[in-house]
Amino acid sequence: MEDTPEMLLGTIVYAVINSVILIMMSIGFNLTFGISGISNFAYGALYIFAAFTTYMLLQMVGLPYPVAVLISIVLTAAIGALMYRFILMRVRGQVLSEVIATFGIGLAILEFFRYLGFVGVEYALPVFIDDSFMIGDVFVDAQRLIIVAASIVIVGLLWLFVHFTSLGLAFRGIAQDERTALTFGMDSDWIATMSVSLGAALAAIAATIIIPLGTISVSQGYDVLINALAVSIIGGLGSTGGVIVASLVVGFAQRFTDTYIGSHWTMIVSLAAILIVLVIKPSGIYGKQKELEERI
Amino acid sequence: MEKRKERIDRGIKVRSEDIFALSSWREILYFAAPRVLPVAAFIILPLVLGDYWQRVLLSVAVFALLAISWDILAQSGMISLGQALFFGMGAYCSGTLNHYFGISPFLTIPIAAVVGGVICTLLLLPVLRLRGIYFSMVTLIIPLMLERVIEATKIFGGTEGISGLSVLPSKWLEMYILMAALIAALFGFRRMMTSDYGLVLTAIKDNDRSVMNAGINIYWFKIQALFIASAVGAFAGAMMTHVYRFVGMPVFALDYSILPIAAVMVGGPGSFAGAVLGSFILVPLSEALRTLGGLRIVFYGVFLVIFVVGLPEGIFHFIARKYSQFERWAEVDK
Repeated sequence: MEDTPEMLLGTIVYAVINSVILIMMSIGFNLTFGISGISNFAYGALYIFAAFTTYMLLQMVGLPYPVAVLISIVLTAAIGALMYRFILMRVRGQVLSEVIATFGIGLAILEFFRYLGFVGVEYALPVFIDDSFMIGDVFVDAQRLIIVAASIVIVGLLWLFVHFTSLGLAFRGIAQDERTALTFGMDSDWIATMSVSLGAALAAIAATIIIPLGTISVSQGYDVLINALAVSIIGGLGSTGGVIVASLVVGFAQRFTDTYIGSHWTMIVSLAAILIVLVIKPSGIYGKQKELEERI
Repeated sequence: MEKRKERIDRGIKVRSEDIFALSSWREILYFAAPRVLPVAAFIILPLVLGDYWQRVLLSVAVFALLAISWDILAQSGMISLGQALFFGMGAYCSGTLNHYFGISPFLTIPIAAVVGGVICTLLLLPVLRLRGIYFSMVTLIIPLMLERVIEATKIFGGTEGISGLSVLPSKWLEMYILMAALIAALFGFRRMMTSDYGLVLTAIKDNDRSVMNAGINIYWFKIQALFIASAVGAFAGAMMTHVYRFVGMPVFALDYSILPIAAVMVGGPGSFAGAVLGSFILVPLSEALRTLGGLRIVFYGVFLVIFVVGLPEGIFHFIARKYSQFERWAEVDK
């Protein structure tokens, strides 16, 4: 391979897009953890669930695309809420049990899809707009630009939501100090239900905008979970700023190794990044691991 | 003659769990049966089972060892979601030693247990300072990523793996080495956890700050616990490599991480007996469910959830409690 300025520009453009994809993949996981301290290991499964639901509504029921997307997001959010109400609420506060229960749920969902035979290249979602643009000398298709735009909008909306709505403020209250929040009449179980549900909805949104780039496959569920974990650990669990910075770090590192070293090495870069960050700063780039730290 | 009901264990247990006053053969039987029966079963089962179920018993023992290794870590406050790391590391160590250097399995298995344990400990060393959930996340990631590393770098046979490794001279030897290891691990580690050393490990789980306060370097103890656990896992991996004569990427598969956890959850965490019991239930069950294919893993997932939520103490502790509540008729003292 020859190093040319165009290649560098292309790498940078795709690195930014890759970073944004990572942000979208991990923000829901991180948000749930930040608010209620629940690490939702079923996150990747919810991502794939949303994708397959959209696919089924689209191909088997024949609904229009936007309606199918909307229904699958609502369904995924509902599953998140039900998961908290009927399973996680009983083991709340016991980290091990939470992890094992959510992991078990995720495993069951993903492997059930595999069992039903949802494997193959025909399982894909259509792109929103089939077009491509030039940024400098680099071809970028419309879907990738939509991902970037949608992510900026979603992160912005989230910021507005947690700073200016009463539910968002309650989220931050519970995140900062659960007991004090309880004395102000915030129902911590209700907030936690909402947080798991919101995390699930974000997974569904991420799935809808990212999946059209490729196909839906069950193993992606594990990849999404790994990416979310990697980014969250590097950025510091529960810190949205950390997610963004860590996504940029990992996204750029992955894309540059992909271009200049070889595509097989991308996963290894994430592993190395995790180990290096943990050695230098165990709480992650932005994580403070303090109770009074704002986590959103 | 007036009679009343009396708990059998009341006369035997004096003041605490580990001082016993045995006064008759019946009491010795009551006390010893739960300990002797499993050992007898481990020794007799290989003799009575057919070829197919002997293989199943082998994997029961391997998964039981992995589950025990998980439980050691869990009792020291480290929740691992990646037992496959230990298993795979042991498998690859013994596989490469055997394939590239032609060392006999009698040497590769112990070497793999120690070297695999050291490598796993070194890999997880940076993570040891983390508590709870962070540790779990990293342990989940590492085996999955190592799989990719092997795929990418094509070392040690790459995606094909290494096949045609040497086997132990006889299947009885395989069987009884594993059984002996299982019995040793089960009773040895139970003893270890009740000794002063084990007390420090349990205390790290319960309250690491106060252990630090007592002037104990908790990281040194965590490193030791990690080494013990990973060596046990690596031993299981090395044994399995030589049984199947193959080592490849599947050794890092999620199965080897999930099944041990499921086994401990079903059997009951906190006592290694629960881990073994869980393996004895789940592994044959999964063999019986083999016709269901991928649905098996769905069942594991559902099992995990049901037991975590419904019976968090596990089957072993449930049975143990019931066993201590057995009653007999005794004469009322005048």
